[in-house]
Amino acid sequence: MNYGIVSQEQLEQIDTILSEKLIKLGVDCVIIIDMAGNIITAKDNGESKYDVYSFAALAAGNFATVDAMAKLVGEAEFSLLFHKGQESNIHFSKIDDELLLISMFGTEISLGFLRLNVVEAIEQIRVVWGANNG
Amino acid sequence: MSFINLKDKVVQVKIVYYGPGRCGKTTNLEYVNRKFRNQIQSEMVSLKTHGDRTLFFDFLPFDMGKIKGYDIKIQLYTVPGQVKYNATRKLVLKGVDGVVFVADAMEKQREKNIRSLNQLHENLQAYKESIFKIPLVIQYNKVDLKEHGVPILPTELLRKDLNSRLKVPDFEASAITGYNVAATLKKIISSTVVSIQKKLL
Repeated sequence: MNYGIVSQEQLEQIDTILSEKLIKLGVDCVIIIDMAGNIITAKDNGESKYDVYSFAALAAGNFATVDAMAKLVGEAEFSLLFHKGQESNIHFSKIDDELLLISMFGTEISLGFLRLNVVEAIEQIRVVWGANNG
Repeated sequence: MSFINLKDKVVQVKIVYYGPGRCGKTTNLEYVNRKFRNQIQSEMVSLKTHGDRTLFFDFLPFDMGKIKGYDIKIQLYTVPGQVKYNATRKLVLKGVDGVVFVADAMEKQREKNIRSLNQLHENLQAYKESIFKIPLVIQYNKVDLKEHGVPILPTELLRKDLNSRLKVPDFEASAITGYNVAATLKKIISSTVVSIQKKLL
């Protein structure tokens, strides 16, 4: 298990994927965290000013709670979560057992379109991540 | 497991305050939050019940400056102390790098301290960590109560109960007045950073 350290090259590749697939689409902020609440990387559209460290801690806790609930109802996992608000929404999706992709977006993007792009981004990230950590 | 970002040169370190209910874990963090305001860029996050008890955790990110060009970001967490919340306590311990065990020096809490420390041992095992190996500092909190006539356990007895086998650094403290809160924090940060450096070398 070597997820604790990630190379500069890997991070740059992941950042490019996030920019191309999600930020360009109009997502306000994308964060990749691990299940312990650490931030792997964060990208935003240059306007949003979220407190990403607190966000990561809460998101990891949130996801872990939902995971425990899944086990209680006999599911192996709930691999994605979606929180809907008036102005902004949050979408959580599991990359693998240790990593979580979080997208924060406004009303101008449809959930379906976002999900399609999240799936593609995750596939690409897995390839980059697996290259050195597999 | 701390996370090290080689691109931005940031190391994230997770330190968890653990201990029985009402021992003063949140009070420790609240003191740090007030005292070191200039090193803390965001608000303390507290997930608590209507009765002001910790429901899930408190979270306080803390900037420690640079070591060898790397920005050290300390993430302080507390666990909920109440017995019924062990499932959430376990979740908070995921990926922990260092632990502060806060013991309650009040006489009537003696057994609860021991039980809580034993549970910490079990919960760490679930993540394949060992209480004997992980950086750990023990704090005997509420020593100020002695002045108010509340019966408290002598430090020697607390040490015998909790630290006779572990033999880790320990402090008498009073989280409410701030006595030794910073000393406890400094000690756990230095032990944890040294342990991370060792793992990397």
